[in-house]
Amino acid sequence: MSAFWNIWVWSITLVVILGCTWLLLATRKGESHKEATEETLGHTFDGIEEYDNPLPGWWFQMFIATIIFGIAYLGLYGLANVKGFYGWSSAGQYEEEMAHAEEVYKPVFAKYAAMSVEDLQAQPDGLKIGQRMFANNCSLCHGATGAGAHGFPNLTDGDWLYGGAPATIKQTITNGRQGAMPAWGPVLGEEGVRDVTSYVLSLSGAEHDAEMAARGQQQFQALCTACHGADGKGLQALGAPNLTDNVWLYGSSFEQISHTIRTGRNGVMPAHKDLLSDDKITLITAYVYSLSNK
Amino acid sequence: MSTAAEHPTYNYKVVRQFAIMTVVWGIVGMAVGVLIASQLVWPALNFDTPWLTFGRIRPLHTNAVIFAFGGCALFATSYYVVQRTSQTRLISDKLAAFTFWGWQLVILSAAITLPLGLTSSKEYAELEWPIDLLITVVWVAYAIVFLGTVKMRKTSHIYVGNWFYMGFILTVAVLHIVNSAAMPVTLFKSYSVYPGAVDAMVQWWYGHNAVGFFLTAGFLGMMYYFVPKQAERPIYSYRLSVVHFWALIATYMWAGGHHLHYTSLPDFAQTLGMVMSLILLAPSWGGMINGMMTLSGAWHKLRTDPILRFLVVSLSFYGMSTFEGPMMAIKTVNALSHYTDWTIGHVHAGALGWVAMISIGAVYHMIPKLWGKTQMASVGLINTHFWLATIGTVMYICAMWVNGILQGLMWRAVNEDGTLTYSFVEALEASHPGYVVRALGGAFFLAGMLLMAYNVWQTVRKGSTAPVADASAQTA
Repeated sequence: MSAFWNIWVWSITLVVILGCTWLLLATRKGESHKEATEETLGHTFDGIEEYDNPLPGWWFQMFIATIIFGIAYLGLYGLANVKGFYGWSSAGQYEEEMAHAEEVYKPVFAKYAAMSVEDLQAQPDGLKIGQRMFANNCSLCHGATGAGAHGFPNLTDGDWLYGGAPATIKQTITNGRQGAMPAWGPVLGEEGVRDVTSYVLSLSGAEHDAEMAARGQQQFQALCTACHGADGKGLQALGAPNLTDNVWLYGSSFEQISHTIRTGRNGVMPAHKDLLSDDKITLITAYVYSLSNK
Repeated sequence: MSTAAEHPTYNYKVVRQFAIMTVVWGIVGMAVGVLIASQLVWPALNFDTPWLTFGRIRPLHTNAVIFAFGGCALFATSYYVVQRTSQTRLISDKLAAFTFWGWQLVILSAAITLPLGLTSSKEYAELEWPIDLLITVVWVAYAIVFLGTVKMRKTSHIYVGNWFYMGFILTVAVLHIVNSAAMPVTLFKSYSVYPGAVDAMVQWWYGHNAVGFFLTAGFLGMMYYFVPKQAERPIYSYRLSVVHFWALIATYMWAGGHHLHYTSLPDFAQTLGMVMSLILLAPSWGGMINGMMTLSGAWHKLRTDPILRFLVVSLSFYGMSTFEGPMMAIKTVNALSHYTDWTIGHVHAGALGWVAMISIGAVYHMIPKLWGKTQMASVGLINTHFWLATIGTVMYICAMWVNGILQGLMWRAVNEDGTLTYSFVEALEASHPGYVVRALGGAFFLAGMLLMAYNVWQTVRKGSTAPVADASAQTA
């Protein structure tokens, strides 16, 4: 803050506080009655008169007390460029509290840091910590039980987009994932979209129009196999879903599937490496792993 | 419509118009309030329409109760009070009529644009720039009418009530113009001229002073006329009114920083916001003391006069919420209370308990006089309204205290491993009973307003039907 603004802030603050103090003391001094009185000031406004009563004593004292507290507080905590006697800053308070938390909680996590996700399955206290962190960081999308929702994968069913090995789960939480299904509407045309939808339905044995599915198969082989594989079983390296297992992230109706093919989908799992320490991510991984590996 | 009691030199027409609209907008604003309170209990009540979602009609509720209900009450009473205490007619009937129709147009525009999702996104200043310009024009006209009338007064001094009204009118003009400064992009979209943390500070300088000057100074002006008038007692202390007026308007200006504790606002601005908020306690209480002590020697009137009950209870809620405010501005208290329902409860202690109750009392006082009747059609209904309003307010603020402290404690609770004990949704679930009680309290308050509308209608249409014996409470 420049010298000008420093002086500006101090001036206004002192003018307001000292101005109030002066007004209070001057009024108190100029009172014509020190006790309650029936005397008025002699004006009448629409029949309303005003007594010349003194300022109530307790109110006067309370006012003075808050002014003294205010000035003392500014001295202790600072104003504008002047550091207070305590040297306090909100950033300093934050760092202090974080350092304190680090000191207190580090040993709790250190106990589990060396363990593998598989070993952690036998540590109920560790899984409990993982569950609490899951509740505060993951449940908003994946649900309190991890059962997912429309567009958010179910973590309890043993079906994995990117793979369910501990290292893969941890990778997903740490760095996040971008699930991009391109929009094929412009390429396939509306009839093509409906044909491919019919073929995709046939892959999981759902009810479908055989003639349309046969036409759709040719388009599928040309456009979709690069990610979903020739057999439609997907590719975990790319996060391309298995289309044969009747597990659907965006719904299984004809309309929902054709919407996915027509306009594409963009699934985002955010990266947590800047939000949570590696120790914590390991415990969340262990908890997520436990959901489908009882 | 009888004009028997119409003072030959006063413009009561504009006062009548604003008084009636106070009741109408009160019902509309509070009905929207009850709807959004119910949405927090039963989310399905937005009926899956974008126009009824909480995010769009919550600003409709706040604008309707603050600027439509509260605004009309301030216009009505200020025009009434300034004429009677200055013993002169408003300087221009045309300009006064312009403020009435202009203000109704502002309210109507708000009621249309907010549900459509058109918003500047600044809390309590959501209206887009064309409406902001209209507000400015109307407000300047208001200032000309009010200040001009004070200038033409036939009394030697300016009555204390009018100082407060003038402080409110001038400051609100400055607040509105500075905070609403924006760069228009289209007819319905603009961007604030202030960047980042500066915008936040300007917003809460405005936001807190909207409370301080619109909802406090303006209504203190109301208090200074209607309390002594209804109690038929002199104002307790002229000296106290001088000190607390100047101290109130000087310190309120710097208290807004307490809305931004523990944010990227510079530390010193937060510290200053807290200190000024604490110093504000005594100036705020000055108004309560002056009102309460004015009743000394007239307490027995509370037994028979429900209008006086409204006025006195409003002062109690005023005193309570102006004590609560400085406490919540203390950083360590704020660390618990901020972002919780406690804030909502605090606001409604002021909004329902103070602003609405004193306005209701003032309107009940004015209506018979404006239409030349001896008293309201039913004093019993005023009494029923009083109890509905008081019980509703108490239910509302108690529910929000419980919820606020519950949320604050649940959000900060940590396990021995440092993880949060409760997820957000658990705290939300625990708040559910409080939301039910809050919606019920709001419904009580709204029910009272409906009784008021009926009573006002009966008074204006048919005149007094109550036995003369009750009239002692009403003479003024």
